[in-house]
Amino acid sequence: MDGRVSFDADPVIDFESPADEDGVHDSFSQLIQEQCHDLHDVIEMTPLDLEEDSRDDVECLEADSDAPQQTDHLIGERWSSDTLKVLSSMPSRTIGRSRGAIISQYCNRTMQLRRRRQSRPSIQHFPRSARPSIRGYGVETDAAGFEEEENKRDRLVNNLQNLSDSDRVRMLRAMPLSLSEKKELRMLVLNKAEHSVSQNQIPCCSQLKYYIIIALRHGWYGWLSFLSSLQLWQTALKCVGGRFGTGVLSYFIFLRTLLFFNVFLFLVTGLLLVVPQAITHPDQDQNITVRSSWGLEVLTGAGYFSHSLLYYGYYNNQTLQTGHSCSASGNGTSCSSGLSYNMPLVYFFTIGAAFFITCIILVYSMSKSFGQSFRIDKSKGLLAIKVFSSWDFKVIKKSSVRLQRANIGTQLKELVAEVNRQEQKFPVLQRLFRLFIHMLAWIMCLGSTLACVLAVYYFSEHMHGDLRNRTQAASSDPLLKEASLLAVPVVVSSINLLLPGFFNVVAWMEKYDSPSMLNYISISRNLLLKVSVLGVLCYHWLGRVATDPQSLGLECWESFVGQELYRFLLMDFIFMLLDTFFGEFLWRVFSQKALKRKRKPVFDIARNVLELIYGQTLAWLGVLFSPLLPAVQIIKLLFLFYMKKVSLKMNCQASGKPWRACQMTTIFITLLCFPAFLGATVCVTYTMWSITPSAGCGPFRGLKNMFQAGKRWVHRLAAVNPDLHWLASAHSYLVENPLFLFLCAGIFLIMIYFHSQVVDGQRKIIELLQEQIENEGEDKKFLITRLQHIHERKRRVTPRPVKGASEVHTHTLSHTHTHTHAHTLSHAHTHTHTHTHTHTHSHTHTHTHTHTHTHTLSHTHTHTHTHTLSHTHTHTHTHTHSLTHTHTHTHTHTHTHTHTHTHTHTHTLSHTHTHTLTHTHTHTHTHTHTHTHTLTHTHTHTHTHTHTHT
Amino acid sequence: MGGTSSKLPKDLLSEYQELTFLTKQEILLAHKIFSELQGGENGPYSSRVSMQKILTLPELKANPFRKRLCHVFSTSDMKDGSLNFEDFLDLLSAFSDTATLEIKSHYAFRIFDFDDDGTLDARDLEKLVNCLTGETDDTRLTAEEMRQLISNILEESDIDKDGTVNLSEFQHVISRSPDFVSSFKIVL
Repeated sequence: MDGRVSFDADPVIDFESPADEDGVHDSFSQLIQEQCHDLHDVIEMTPLDLEEDSRDDVECLEADSDAPQQTDHLIGERWSSDTLKVLSSMPSRTIGRSRGAIISQYCNRTMQLRRRRQSRPSIQHFPRSARPSIRGYGVETDAAGFEEEENKRDRLVNNLQNLSDSDRVRMLRAMPLSLSEKKELRMLVLNKAEHSVSQNQIPCCSQLKYYIIIALRHGWYGWLSFLSSLQLWQTALKCVGGRFGTGVLSYFIFLRTLLFFNVFLFLVTGLLLVVPQAITHPDQDQNITVRSSWGLEVLTGAGYFSHSLLYYGYYNNQTLQTGHSCSASGNGTSCSSGLSYNMPLVYFFTIGAAFFITCIILVYSMSKSFGQSFRIDKSKGLLAIKVFSSWDFKVIKKSSVRLQRANIGTQLKELVAEVNRQEQKFPVLQRLFRLFIHMLAWIMCLGSTLACVLAVYYFSEHMHGDLRNRTQAASSDPLLKEASLLAVPVVVSSINLLLPGFFNVVAWMEKYDSPSMLNYISISRNLLLKVSVLGVLCYHWLGRVATDPQSLGLECWESFVGQELYRFLLMDFIFMLLDTFFGEFLWRVFSQKALKRKRKPVFDIARNVLELIYGQTLAWLGVLFSPLLPAVQIIKLLFLFYMKKVSLKMNCQASGKPWRACQMTTIFITLLCFPAFLGATVCVTYTMWSITPSAGCGPFRGLKNMFQAGKRWVHRLAAVNPDLHWLASAHSYLVENPLFLFLCAGIFLIMIYFHSQVVDGQRKIIELLQEQIENEGEDKKFLITRLQHIHERKRRVTPRPVKGASEVHTHTLSHTHTHTHAHTLSHAHTHTHTHTHTHTHSHTHTHTHTHTHTHTLSHTHTHTHTHTLSHTHTHTHTHTHSLTHTHTHTHTHTHTHTHTHTHTHTHTLSHTHTHTLTHTHTHTHTHTHTHTHTLTHTHTHTHTHTHTHT
Repeated sequence: MGGTSSKLPKDLLSEYQELTFLTKQEILLAHKIFSELQGGENGPYSSRVSMQKILTLPELKANPFRKRLCHVFSTSDMKDGSLNFEDFLDLLSAFSDTATLEIKSHYAFRIFDFDDDGTLDARDLEKLVNCLTGETDDTRLTAEEMRQLISNILEESDIDKDGTVNLSEFQHVISRSPDFVSSFKIVL
């Protein structure tokens, strides 16, 4: 029950507090170590890696032709494929993608968890692979990727096995892996566990324990699913959420939470107060059956109801005996046998405990909600948050989806425009004017609130006097008298209905820019109104009625106040009904029929929630005076839920304004806790402490105040049993002495102060860390650019690509595998040559060209053309040479493969030594073709040598 | 519901309960819906339902990310987005009430990472924004607005300034948005 009462639909969600967040970001260092050898492969770009390079070239060319649409944000530079490879194998990127990375991340995490749980793990118990020393250094064998992944998985299984059961389940559940993989992991873990169990030969008692644990776990799951099946209004809420989004849904969830609060309150008071009282007979027979019309009695709660279990006055001050009804006369408790049920004491402690538990639940859910919605980190990231988390996946209705899209579109446009605008400066006059308008609006609101409060004050005074006159006259119509009781509730409820409308008009006049600001303003104004009206009413009840009940002819003022609260609650409900009918239904009909507007009105979440809070405050105030008031409130809330749901579906449409549901929920629960609950508690405590209860009725009759009940009981206990004397003195010191309370409050404040200091320190640390991350990012950027430079330089050393070259490449691609291989080999050869001779560099061109020629013997004449062109590029005195070369080519066309060889051979003899290099190349190529050519190859080599000598 | 529960073996059910964030009722409901999608034939649990059929579910029909959802959660070798029952449970588990922020943000990241390269780059962001705003002319952003928006998003969320948003940066942004957990839900 307590667990259910929370302000979210999901009480169990485990939000990561900022302190836990490191769990998300950690374990990179180990990942880096694990993947660094992948990286190693990439960085060691071998000179043989010609293909990669040429692919880059192709990419470059394509990008050139495609205009600069591919703009990388980082530096606006295009990365080569090697750099891209490095980038994509960075751990921060693989973790969102690959299964292996996830496994190893969780491996690390389980390891940490295990270390934390077992502060001193005994190493010899662990299997070898789980030892931290191995993974700490990241010593990984050069095994294949698959094997390594298996390794990691084994380690993960080991770690998981060493965790406790609940940790393991949590870990497995939170792993973002597919279910089948998780199943496999679980099976492995279980198998291993069984294996080790059978090895260790555990005694049967622990086996029994094992079974008991399993049975308990099953029971727990059953209980959990039972709890979730209790989720009230699941389908209705889904329907509302699917149509109106999270904002409106939060209203209904709030309503449900209030319902749970009231159910709790009702259960406590019902079981402990109402049922025992109902079982025993009341001390005196009520023959005051002044039956006026029933309908009016239901409204006023007076007449027949005034002497019923509904109100305080009905409860007696006897000690009830269980089992046999011990007829107690007067206040004497003669029967001491059996279980005694001291009604005043129970009444006092029930109310006290109910308030205390409610307080704890409220404060707990408030603090949790605060933790969720207000993080320490205050850096703005509005656009990113909007884009990443604004889509409401619950919305399933087509038209609502369309609406949501339109909303997000306009919001994004507005935000972008706002970012662009940058500090729009109003002229001084306009600013003054705006300030004036705001001041005027506040004055109007405050003035109207004050007027209302005064009106309530004087009106209630007037009605009070009126009532006094009537009771003294004693001749007036009882019906009229009862009806006059309803006057104040009607006035207050109509104020609550009308003034918010007035506030809305004022806010419309003010023209606030941001909708959230508008929300806050309207909430604070409405709250101010409600709180001050309630304050006046409390004064009226506790100050006027309670101090002087005789003048009204009341023998039981508590019951009267209970009736008043009942009337207010009921009136509030009736006015809500009217508001729903007139404000929503008729307004919709009017605006659609008369104004011909397409849009339906929008559900005002803030106002409705505030009304709920107001009603709940009344219920809390009234619990003391009328223990069954929570039941009334429950009925009211149930009605309200269905009514609002139907009205919403009929009359409203999804809102266009952004509603920050979580933050608003936090604010509402805070409001529920701070003015509402705290105010009610103060009133109730004041009543208990310092107002004399009426002498003729109720459980506390004859006491100076309600608080005396506890004191008297303690004293009686001490008198009966002298050993318990310390209890009495402790009671008098702790409860009656204000010093103790002050001390408690002081400690509490000091704790709050310390916490705020800690938060301050954390904020500073966060700033530092953020700076550090930025620096790291700079470093990363620097390293990547350096890497890119290195690649680029390497590529510049290797031959500069020409258009023709790429053509050649496509040709060789169409060839068989052995061909391309030979190709790269020959290239490597030239490379080494460029290192030794300086001017052979340009001749590498001819290399590749002759090469291709031998490749494409059957090809057309166009190839030879490009060949000659490149020759003109290289040298001046090779011009003639190129001519002859083409000649030889025509020869090769006519001749067979073996003939080409001889031709080129003669060629080199007549020309410079660079051409002999070409020759060797053709040789290496043909080498792959046939073995017979190898002999000639060596021959030419010697030739080149001689040439260089000359 | 009694009829469907007999089809799902008890030990399998408890295993699913242990491995997912779903309750027994939710798993049974999911099983019922999935068998309806399979079209009456009570095949083994590994049989797949094509993406087109999955997308006829009312919960997914109007969702702009529906195809990405199927692709992310599908374990099919064909990369066709078809789901088997366990994939389906995975999907529901990630979108359930009790799933942690971490797992939700992980899958959100995968869904938004349209090219599956492990980071959200400018092109992913553009696609994401287009999914959010829809393709009609009056809602979608102009090229200039889009450029501005994307550069702003990167400026806000790309902490290490490498031009893309990686998973941890994404989770950082998400952790500052309390509404994410309540809106990243699909209820069957």
